[in-house]
Formats: sequence, structure tokens, C-alpha cells
Amino acid sequence: MKIAVQSEPFDLGAEASAFASGHRDMGAIVTFTGVVRDLARGDLDRMVIEHYPGMTLKALEKIANEARDRWSLGDVLVIHRYGDLAPGEMIMMVATASPHRKDAFEAAEFLMDYLKSRAPFWKKEITSDGADWVAAKDEDEDALNRW
Amino acid sequence: MDVLYFAWVRERIGVPKEVVETQAKTVTDLVEELRGREERYAAAFADLSALRVAVDQELTEFDASLEGAREVAFFPPMTGG
Repeated sequence: MKIAVQSEPFDLGAEASAFASGHRDMGAIVTFTGVVRDLARGDLDRMVIEHYPGMTLKALEKIANEARDRWSLGDVLVIHRYGDLAPGEMIMMVATASPHRKDAFEAAEFLMDYLKSRAPFWKKEITSDGADWVAAKDEDEDALNRW
Repeated sequence: MDVLYFAWVRERIGVPKEVVETQAKTVTDLVEELRGREERYAAAFADLSALRVAVDQELTEFDASLEGAREVAFFPPMTGG
């Protein structure tokens, strides 16, 4: 299991390849990648991601271990960046390896839902008009209830 | 104990971290003490439903005990992923 919190970019291809290799009994690998998007007005300069250094790794490990308890997983990968990111840059990725496709997909969705609302990261959008903290959505909290 | 603030809570209070001498028994008691200090605290803690709290780096509720706690952190709902 690899959990990483870092400011520097990661290589999606290299991470996915490394994660997918070395198993003989994992029939399904799912990866998800989150990307900074300029959705609202087309004037996003950058996104600044703040985190709680003392707590972040522990929170991510807890979420990953919860996924391993619930689904049949051979391995889990979580990488989450912080600091300044430009539109189009990758923010984070998760990967799950399982003997079965359903477990790999469901566990990846579970990881994403929990990363959104239970991992101590906060996003701020910097536009030409100023800076705004991204507000959590009710639907993000609701998404946890399905698990 | 160490009190930490993140995101707009940090910006509103003006510091990321401070040492607070307190006899507060619960998080709510600590919030009441901080609110009484200065307007910037009252403003930051005006609506607790907009805030989350962690005690010793574990998410918890505002009625949580502070017995033995070394670190309390206040922040808005998280926006990871």
C-alpha cells in the first residue's frame, strides 16, 4: 500500500504501471485521477491546496484501510498533492487492485467519496477577480451515506 | 494546548497556530473562551455548523472532551479529492 502527500507532480503512467505490475492474482486494476478544472468562468489562474500535515497521512491511511476491510483488495494507492496547481494539472490519484472488477471499482469510488469529505485538504481558487475557498457540497456529505 | 486553524478560519483569525492556556473541558468550552477574546474569534466561530474540529489529529464533534488533549484544530468542511 502506498500513500503519498506531496507538492510535486506525479507521473500517472509510471505510478499506474508500477501499481499494476507484480501481481499474479489481481484481475482488475482501477485508477482514478482528479484534475484541476476551470469550470466556472474560464479565468482560473491556479488552485491552492492547503492541508493539515500532522493529520493528512493518518486520515488517508484510515480511509485506505477501511476500503481494504470492506472489499477484496490486493493493493491500494493514494497520491494527493498540495500547494499551487494550474488548470489541467493532476491533483490526486487513487488505484485499487482486486481479483474482481466490481470490488476494484467500488473501492475506488469509496476512496474518492471519503477523500473528498474526510481528508484534511482545502481548495482555494485564484481568479483574476480574487480568491475564493471552494465550499463543500451537501451532496459530497450525502455521498458518504451510501457506503 | 496547541490550537490550529486552517483555510478561511486561519485567514479570519490571522494565525495558523497558537498556544492557548485553558481549563476548557470540551471543545465547545474552548470555543466559548475564544469567542470572548476578540471580535476576530467571534467572527470565525459565529456558525459552528460551518466548522469541523479535530482533537489530536482525529476528527471529532464539538462536545468532545479535551482531557489530555495536546492539539485542537478548527477548519471548514474538507474539500479534498
